[in-house]
This record gives sequence, structure tokens and C-alpha cells, in this order.
Amino acid sequence: MRLKIQHIVIFITIIALLSCRDSPSILTEIHGSQVHITDSLPVSDSLEAFIKPYREHVNEELDRALSYAPHTIAKTDGTLNSSAGNLMADIVMAEASPVFRSREGKAIDFTLLNYGGIRSVISPGPVSARTAYEVMPFENTIVVAELDGKTVRELVAFLLNADRPHPISGLQIVINPDRSLQQVNIQGVPFDENRTYYVATSNYLAEGGDAMGFFKNSQKLIATDYSLRNAIIDYFKKKDTLQPKVDDRFVIRPNS
Amino acid sequence: MKRRSFIRQVGGTSAYLGLGAAALDSCAFADRKKLTILHTNDVHSHIDPFPAGHALYPHMGGVARRAALIQQLRQENPNTLLLDAGDIFQGTPYFNFYGGELEFRLMSKMRYDAATIGNHDFDNGLDGLLAQMPYAGFQFLSANYDFSNTLMEGRVKPYHIYLMDGIKVGVFGLGIQLEGLVSKELYKETKYLDPVEIARDVSHHLKATEQCDLVLCLSHLGYSYTEREDRPSDLTLAAATEHIDLIIGGHTHTFLDRPTVRRNRMGEQVLINQVGCYGLNLGRIDFYFDNQKNIASSGLTIRV
Repeated sequence: MRLKIQHIVIFITIIALLSCRDSPSILTEIHGSQVHITDSLPVSDSLEAFIKPYREHVNEELDRALSYAPHTIAKTDGTLNSSAGNLMADIVMAEASPVFRSREGKAIDFTLLNYGGIRSVISPGPVSARTAYEVMPFENTIVVAELDGKTVRELVAFLLNADRPHPISGLQIVINPDRSLQQVNIQGVPFDENRTYYVATSNYLAEGGDAMGFFKNSQKLIATDYSLRNAIIDYFKKKDTLQPKVDDRFVIRPNS
Repeated sequence: MKRRSFIRQVGGTSAYLGLGAAALDSCAFADRKKLTILHTNDVHSHIDPFPAGHALYPHMGGVARRAALIQQLRQENPNTLLLDAGDIFQGTPYFNFYGGELEFRLMSKMRYDAATIGNHDFDNGLDGLLAQMPYAGFQFLSANYDFSNTLMEGRVKPYHIYLMDGIKVGVFGLGIQLEGLVSKELYKETKYLDPVEIARDVSHHLKATEQCDLVLCLSHLGYSYTEREDRPSDLTLAAATEHIDLIIGGHTHTFLDRPTVRRNRMGEQVLINQVGCYGLNLGRIDFYFDNQKNIASSGLTIRV
């Protein structure tokens, strides 16, 4: 009798364990949801402490004064060219030219960027790497497009018809009061439709961004692998003060 | 003496009875198993929450909050997999300063299990990605990027099988076409293979050969391309394959109110989910498994 009860119990136990080995494996239900990460959630103190020195180092580097702006530098302070646009295009000319010369043995003739690519005003006061991140938050690089004379003419026509001052450097466009073209100079020399020009721009524009379709006709695109933002930071490091002005690179001049 | 023996005998029997009951109990408990999948995509180096003045996402996101949430969800269910669908890199100065080291370290601390490779994860080139691998305590999965003859050879697996409380979960990764999206200088000799073809092969292998209970795809293909239907996307992948239970997507920064349910080419239901970008959301999919004998109604119930 005693043995019988024990045997039954052992038997049930073994059966139960065996049936357990046959683990649940039929997918019966799926619940999908998502959790918004908001300030109502607690913070992991250990991760926060881990991030802190990285954050402090980044902030310190970003906020270190590299240069100084005595006045506001904005893309809206001129109709045909602007202080911010001139600064950006001049930076690309200054910083990309030595890179291009050492790699290709050639000179950049002029630079064209886009008005929309300048994402922030530069306020009077210290200028830092953070300023460069604000002005240029995108990861764009400088590329040099080889354009034939016909395409450069298209480029000039595009600028003439644009309702916003796109940044240029090394290129001068003089128009009559009726907005017809009077003069185009490249590196101080009258534009020659029979030659090709090396035009520095961003990879975004070279790929046809911001309606600059004429870059599609580039004979060659030469990558510099130089980030636009790094060029800006490198320039800030070299200059004590930033005083770009609206100038005569794109002007209306009465025909004399 | 007789009496003593009787007590011992009864005591012994009840002990056996207790054991038997415990076994039955634990078995009843095991009749239902729950597996939780937590996921992110396109975090793009967003480590700190967005500032109060941010136009779109004030006070949202932040790794330290996500970590606390994950920890809490893991306590609720230890059978949890934490996955990322790529584009870990690029988007804040943290990436420019540290090249992805902090992103990988934090993901390791949160105990991510696996990630697939997004196009922006090539932004510092193959050598830039390789340089951060020592900080990644999780698996990189990509079945359609062939890294042989590159610096990344042997660093990325097509799939990984996780055994969670007796449930076999096969996870594989898929990446987007790199040509035209990423500079060749950055991805070098990495070969992009047809994602749908590869997905068919790998998911079949995981279900049929490896006998996985669940097959998950970590995809950086993008949710859908209405203007370019020939371009592979998560929705076209779901329709063109079988054996996949869940596609965790990325690339298109798609915010879905709830996971999408589609039919695969065998007419079975597939879940597709993506949680926007920048660590603003954590996706959560719970899978429930039951014993055949306990299934009252046949078929799969999906609540989203």
C-alpha cells in the first residue's frame, strides 16, 4: 500500500516533468506597443555619470572661443550678396584651395554655395566651434566641379534669376539697373566661355540639390573629403576677428 | 515503533506529494512563455535629451532615461532581447568628437544584444567603424553586406540565434544599397547583395534547418517608398518572403502609431515596426508562446 502511493506520486512527477520538457513553443499572441522617452521617465544615474565627462569635454571644446565677431553676421543683410554668404564662400575658397592644389595641382576658380545652407546667424561676441555647428549642422563636404563655359553661363543665369543671394567667392557679377548682365569676372579676369572652370561647392549642391541642376553637367566632380564645417572651424582658428561685409561681388551698377 | 514508522511513512509520502504538486505547478506556469523584443533605430548619436526650447522634440529622448526604462522592462521580463536597426552614428557633436565610441559604450551598458549596420554607420569609413568595434559588446548582424576582402571581415555575422527560456529566436540583419547613398571611399569593397533574395534564404534556413520558433529581421532598408516601388523596403520585403515573424526597420525615420501588420507571400501575418529616430521612442513587441494542448482557439492573435 505504502509503495503503491509512492509509486503513483513518482509516476505523476515524472510525467509532469516530461510534459514540462515539451516546452511551450506555439506562438499564440503578439502585443505591439511603444514607449515615448519623455522627462517623466526616471534617469539611470550610472549612465548619466558615465556620459558626464564626455559631455563636459564636448561642451568645453565646442564653446572655446576661436574667433570674435564684432557685428552680427547674417545672410539677410544684403539683396545680391550678404555678410554671412560672403564669409562662407570666402572660407571655402581659403580653406579648400590649398587642399585642391596639393591634390590636383590646380586652382579653384570660384566657389558657389547656397543661401539655404546657412542655418544660423552669427551673433556679436565670441565665435566657437559651436557656432560652426549652428551655421552648418549638416555633414556636407566640399567638392570641386569642373564646369565648361556653357555651364558656367547657366550658373550665372541661375544666380541672376534667384530671388535669394547665394554665396559666391572668386566670381563677380555686375548687372545693369534693368537686371541685365553687364559683366562677369572670374578671379578678376573677364569670363571666357571657351575654357573650363573649377568650382568649389558642397556635395549636396553638386548632386543637384537646391535646384542647381547645372552641376549635373559637370565634366568631373572631384571630392576633397573636407567637411564644410571643419573648413569653417579651421578658418575661425586662423582669424582673430570676423568682419565680412556686403561688397561688390554681385552688384547693380549703372552702365557708364 | 510502529507508530513512528507510520508517521515517517506519511511524512515521506506527503513530501513526495509536495514535490509532485510543485512539478505540476511549475509546469502549469511554463504553459505560457513571454518573450519581449525592445528596439530602437536611427538614434544618430543622440545621447542627451532634446533641449526645452527644441521646436519639435522638447525634453524628449536621452540615453540615461532609455537605460532606466530598459532596466525596468528587463526586471519585468528577463526574457528580453534589445535590438537596434542601424544608423547609430552621426547627428550630434558626440560622433564628431569620439567617432561613435560613446554610442557603442552606452549600448553595451544597456546590454543591447544586436544591431544591424545603417548607411551612416559607414560615415567614418570602414576603418572608422572597425576602430569602434572594441567598444561594442553586442553583435553586428548583416546578411546582405559581404565584408570579405574588407577591414570588417569576420566582424559581422549574417544572423545569430538566441535561446531564451527554451524559445529559439533567429535574428538576421539587412542593409540598404550603398551605391549612390554612401561614398565608395567609405564602404570600399563592401558588397551589397539583393536583400529579398538573401532574406528568403536566411529566414528559410532559420526556420527549417535551425528550427527557430521565431525569426526576426533587423532591417535598414526603409519602411516604404511609394514613388519607387521597385526599391526594396520593409513592406515589399514582408510581402515577398515567408518565415519572418517581425521586421524591425529603420532608415526612413518613420514614426508609426502602432506596428504594421501585413501578409507574407504565404498569406501569414508579419509585423513591421519602426520607432522614428533619435531615441525618442522604444519599440516593444511581446510574443506569447503556449503549449499545443492549451490552445483554445487556433491561430495567432495580434494586438497592436
